[in-house]
Amino acid sequence: MVTCVNDAMFPDVGKATVRLLRRLGVDVEFPAAQTCCGQPMVNTGYYDEAVPAVRQVATAFDGYEAVVVPSGSCTGSVRHQAADVARRTGDTVLLDTVESIAPRTYELTEFLVDVLGVTDVGASFPHRVTYHPTCHSLRLLGVGDRPRRLLEKVRGIDLVELPRAEECCGFGGTFATKNADTSVAMGSDKARHVRDTGAEVLVAGDSSCLMHIGGLLSRQRSGVRTMHLAEILASTEGSDGGAR
Amino acid sequence: MATFVGMPAFPEAAREKLGDTVLRRNLAHATATIRDKRAKVVGELEDAGTWQDLRLAGAAIKDTALHDLADHLELLERRLTAAGATVHWARDAAEACAIVASVARTHDVDEVVKVKSMATAEIELNEHLADEGIAAWETDLAELIVQLGDDLPSHVLVPAIHRNRAEILDIFRRRMADAGRAAPDDLTDDPRRLAEAARLHLREKFLRAKVGVSGANFAVAETGTLVVVESEGNGRMCLTMPEVLVSVVGIEKVVPTWEDLDVLLQTLPRSSTGERMNPYTSTWTGVTDGDGPREVHVVLLDNGRTRALADEVGRQALRCIRCSACMNVCPVYERVGGHAYGSVYPGPIGAILNPLLRGVGEDPQVDSLPYASTLCGACYEVCPVAIDIPSVLVDQRRAVVDAKRGKRPSAEALAMKAVGAAFGSPRRLGALEQASGLAGRAVSRLGSVTLPGGRSALRSAPGPGRAWTDARDAPAPPAESFRAWWERTDGGRS
Repeated sequence: MVTCVNDAMFPDVGKATVRLLRRLGVDVEFPAAQTCCGQPMVNTGYYDEAVPAVRQVATAFDGYEAVVVPSGSCTGSVRHQAADVARRTGDTVLLDTVESIAPRTYELTEFLVDVLGVTDVGASFPHRVTYHPTCHSLRLLGVGDRPRRLLEKVRGIDLVELPRAEECCGFGGTFATKNADTSVAMGSDKARHVRDTGAEVLVAGDSSCLMHIGGLLSRQRSGVRTMHLAEILASTEGSDGGAR
Repeated sequence: MATFVGMPAFPEAAREKLGDTVLRRNLAHATATIRDKRAKVVGELEDAGTWQDLRLAGAAIKDTALHDLADHLELLERRLTAAGATVHWARDAAEACAIVASVARTHDVDEVVKVKSMATAEIELNEHLADEGIAAWETDLAELIVQLGDDLPSHVLVPAIHRNRAEILDIFRRRMADAGRAAPDDLTDDPRRLAEAARLHLREKFLRAKVGVSGANFAVAETGTLVVVESEGNGRMCLTMPEVLVSVVGIEKVVPTWEDLDVLLQTLPRSSTGERMNPYTSTWTGVTDGDGPREVHVVLLDNGRTRALADEVGRQALRCIRCSACMNVCPVYERVGGHAYGSVYPGPIGAILNPLLRGVGEDPQVDSLPYASTLCGACYEVCPVAIDIPSVLVDQRRAVVDAKRGKRPSAEALAMKAVGAAFGSPRRLGALEQASGLAGRAVSRLGSVTLPGGRSALRSAPGPGRAWTDARDAPAPPAESFRAWWERTDGGRS
């Protein structure tokens, strides 16, 4: 599942995920029926409006061995919210399908570490990088140190600690616009911590959080670039494999 | 007198507070200090592997108590009555305030001393008593600061957390004399001196008062015992010195047995003040000859609690033991402070408790609270009774939206419906992405700004995107979506 944000705004994250998984010998498909997990509607309180998206999740992913998602947030939504949406419709077939998909849905680093059993994915990325653990990956899914273990094995990477890393960046889906002032106040502190590390690149496992922090870093003319974890893990920059 | 009535909805209140740099500094300092203390003492038990067990045990104890609430409350009433206390039942704030006022009037007093109590703050007892000509003196140091400053509390445990020492000195100097013993002329902002001034000011009142008012942290049904935990000992003065004691107790405070207290008295101080054990635990069971108050009243308060109990997802909020750990870790609370929540219950727990107690769909201020969170989950992680606050927040958002269904839809409701419909059809979504790709190409040609890494970005987006680009650059939509790329290249294979 590429996720709607990546599909429409960050297609390179989807491409990197495909490239990475194929490099590790995984047979990757993109079922065209997929649209969105429904989280934007659910988290704003619009359960009924999330039904079409959840139906598409059921249509697209029924029958696959594993659903790999380059987003902690969307993984959490499929695992923990989709069934609630389905239950409200009274459609038991939909509910059964969604409930069978949920345990086979993995955030990218969970799939790499737990299912494929790899931490060295053969990546190379010779840059100074700092990692922001996004809230849903960290607390809702509990991905723990999986992203860090993967990043540490990347050739040439200079991984630096982010101060107050576990604090929310303030994106929060529609929170970013409904409570824009508070969101920006939180994000500005996060951006300051990122700049304090002296990193060239901020990496995280969720494109929406990166869009928020990156938007602030750009407005502050910080020069710090944001990249999705999948893009770094897919990178072979500076290695014999040539530029990424 | 200051009240929360008529406060603006959260986004407006938050905006105002964000501009207050002193407030933000006070809060960042105070919450960081308490967070570190809590992490240390919880860490000791975490290392021993018992914290999660205690946390789940606490949740189970409260859930059991709530499951047969009526039975436990009836037993509590019987035991209290047998021990010589008078039990009153109050459906709402007005009834509870009237009961306290009537007890005070019976004894012909024009003042009462108070133990810090969230229940009495919730029902605005002080304001009600003032209307009846009765002065209610707060005796908790932080509550005293709030009361003298004609201010509002902004934290469950540290009501004056938003104030620094210099501000407190100013309040004491200006206002203490009006309320009793004046501040000494040479008072400084040294914490010891401030505490001493408060001690002398309060002692007069303890010695004089005939009626004390308290809440209770717990009520033990099997023996009819009320429990107050505190750090200063001022509460104990109020509980033991006056002739008459009135305790206003939320009905969710009942626990079946003393054994239940064992768990909660381990998790509460660790979560709230970062201490292994709280300094003063007072328990009293009705009236005891020759010891303490000769007349004891207990007001069992509903005020929306049965409404919350009826909410399948939300009822877990009634587990709350008012430790305030969720406030201290909440990044939203840290930046805007407690007043923005418009209630004596601020922060993450306030964002669910207020809508649950008061109901949604009527008051825009209440309806704004479930949205006052990024759902980051830090509150759930620290909660000593494992209230899944993020899940309740989302469910309360659903309640807010559902309460408005059937009425004229808002712009947001229409947008959500349109977006939802687009997500029902991959073809329609593809067409939208194609359109946004065209817009993206136009933006790239206009060359608004370039993000590090080379991508074009918008510095000012039209329409609803404005709220985003007021402070953040927005990447321009890519020329080709992933979906279109996959189709064009056969999944990158051609």
